[in-house]
Amino acid sequence: MRTVDRQTAAYLGVALVALFGGVVTGVAQALEHAGINVYPALAPVVRSYYHGLSLHGVLNVLVWTTFFICGFLPFVTARALGTPPASPGLGWLAFWLMTGGLLLAAIPLVGNAATVMFTFYPPLKAHWAFYVGLTLVVVGTWLVTLILARTCSAWRRAHPGARTPLPAFMALATMTMWTIASLGLAAEMLVMLIPWSLGWVAGTDALLARVLFWFTGHPIVYFWLLPAYLSWYTLVPRRAGGRLFSDPMARAAFLLFLVLSTPLGFHHQYADPGIHQGWKLVHGFLTFAVFFPSLLTFFNVVASLEIGARARGGTGWVAWFGRLPWGDPVLAAQVLAMILFAFGGIGGLINASLSMNLVVHNTAWIPGHLHLTVGTAATLTYMGITYWLVPVLCGRALWSRRLALGQVWLWFGGMVIFSNALHRLGLMGMPRRTMIGASAYVQPEWTAALPLVGLGGSILFLSSLLYFLNLVLTLTLSRAPALERVEFAEAVSPAEAAPALFERWRPWIVLAGVLIALAYGPVLVRLAVTTPFDAPGFRVW
Amino acid sequence: MKRSTTVYLYELAWILPSIAIPAGMLAALAVTMFGAGIHLPSSEGRVDPTRVAQTAPFDAPGIRRTAPGRYEVAMTSQIWSFAPNEVRVPAGSSVTFVATSKDVVHGLLIPKANVNVMLLPGQIARVTARFDRPGEYPFFCHEYCGVAHHTMWGKVIVEANP
Repeated sequence: MRTVDRQTAAYLGVALVALFGGVVTGVAQALEHAGINVYPALAPVVRSYYHGLSLHGVLNVLVWTTFFICGFLPFVTARALGTPPASPGLGWLAFWLMTGGLLLAAIPLVGNAATVMFTFYPPLKAHWAFYVGLTLVVVGTWLVTLILARTCSAWRRAHPGARTPLPAFMALATMTMWTIASLGLAAEMLVMLIPWSLGWVAGTDALLARVLFWFTGHPIVYFWLLPAYLSWYTLVPRRAGGRLFSDPMARAAFLLFLVLSTPLGFHHQYADPGIHQGWKLVHGFLTFAVFFPSLLTFFNVVASLEIGARARGGTGWVAWFGRLPWGDPVLAAQVLAMILFAFGGIGGLINASLSMNLVVHNTAWIPGHLHLTVGTAATLTYMGITYWLVPVLCGRALWSRRLALGQVWLWFGGMVIFSNALHRLGLMGMPRRTMIGASAYVQPEWTAALPLVGLGGSILFLSSLLYFLNLVLTLTLSRAPALERVEFAEAVSPAEAAPALFERWRPWIVLAGVLIALAYGPVLVRLAVTTPFDAPGFRVW
Repeated sequence: MKRSTTVYLYELAWILPSIAIPAGMLAALAVTMFGAGIHLPSSEGRVDPTRVAQTAPFDAPGIRRTAPGRYEVAMTSQIWSFAPNEVRVPAGSSVTFVATSKDVVHGLLIPKANVNVMLLPGQIARVTARFDRPGEYPFFCHEYCGVAHHTMWGKVIVEANP
């Protein structure tokens, strides 16, 4: 266990440094929208609004999430199975591959040679090191999948007939889903962007690159969310003083995510020319299908919270909610993340609705939505997790629970203001990813909401500073020993009630492959055959 | 035994509506979309992104009347402008934008007319919108296209009928 703990700590270290870089660049954007331009002061490091925005996006949605997940999932797998992960050497190889890749990508990113956003749509052409570095990070995540698969398979050989413990099952399902989904991004990098950025081929194609990017780009949000779900299902009910409601339903939800997460990326491309409307409709239908496991999760997690709250004396239809142990920052962070995620989910359905998408696509509504999902459902949950995980790893109690509690509520309140303002600005037609304060076209109806973007963003920034302060003081000044233990929730309806098919992986992976082939195959084959790759690259920042 | 039956019933009581809710939403979406005749951008053909200025209709960006009350705008996008960046039509017109990009990915967003389409180099985009009320309809590039992205915009000016 010592090795996996050290590896988890290493991943967490990288993740937290990335988060810090992301929030520092983020607050500058929020202030810019409120009319406070701090970029001249940042100029030696952050060369432009868009340089800062690229740093913010890459560091927060790609690095913070991925490194946290690759540290957290092997940790819970090891604790749930009671055995360290297979091949510790491979574990370190994965970590150094990812960290090496990150450093390689960071050179052009920090040096303003990859100011292409975290979506890096060609023909914007970044330095090759950016693409090669990110590809190495992805390859590293595949090794983590391999390690988890070997760990679970060894455990099952040692425990014939037993059900894989739920946290390990969920961790493996998450990484398997991600590995399938990441093939689109890997193909975009290896076949298109890397040879093109190295000058081996002259041209590229905007549409095919976007299709491959969004093949990965939507399921990547489930890659961020499912580790949060894992915590909501297996750890939060215990902290709430109760039990998980239904283990089989939880497994069913994760298997459905494994099958349904990928074949729906066109809902990010409803506004793209070059893809027939009929295919967009198919992906729209599948997006609504993946709402089903989210609803299962909603019910199961809330029912589990209710069991805990009622055990603590809660009563009534709704009043029990107040009886949750709100003084625990670990629980408060995650329940508040769930509340905002409900609005993120509803917004997601609006995005997926083909007609309404035309109102919100690429407007400020989208970052408003993204900050509820990856910026809160995932990030605030991860923060809550670190409030127990860091003490467990370093053996010292959290420096201040009250500070942590204040931080969590500030994030919630700041996000309500920030995200609401962006959603409204989007409905009023304000484009996303734009230096609005410097534009010549600010509409009169936007001006009331723009200062709220700055206010909400500043509160979020303050919250994140308190978060880092608490962690730093825990590592340096805290002298009390950690009392945290890793305890998973038992289930009212146990794993044994699930069909035996839930213990097998191959049928579900095959089903996922078939759906992907049906939903993407014809379009990908047509594009691969007919695309002339005639677009030259541009560096326009 | 009784307990697990209760749990099973609760599960079922949630699973069935969880299927019905998205299915109902989809049905509502399909009915309203087809009922209102809303079309998404679709396949309209390719154009060589290095030869946009030599290819019709993009060799002569601008507006032309195709029928009474109907107009077609041939539009190119390039860093960091639209051509044309000002379009004048009489109120009550139906305008089809035929557009592409000469360099990187751009977008065309006309919030007050529900126009929202990506402009990709190599692809021809075609969208139609009605402009009934006189006034100015600003349009913006809504995809990051470089360091002066925020300066890329234009407007449709809808003139009152005499």
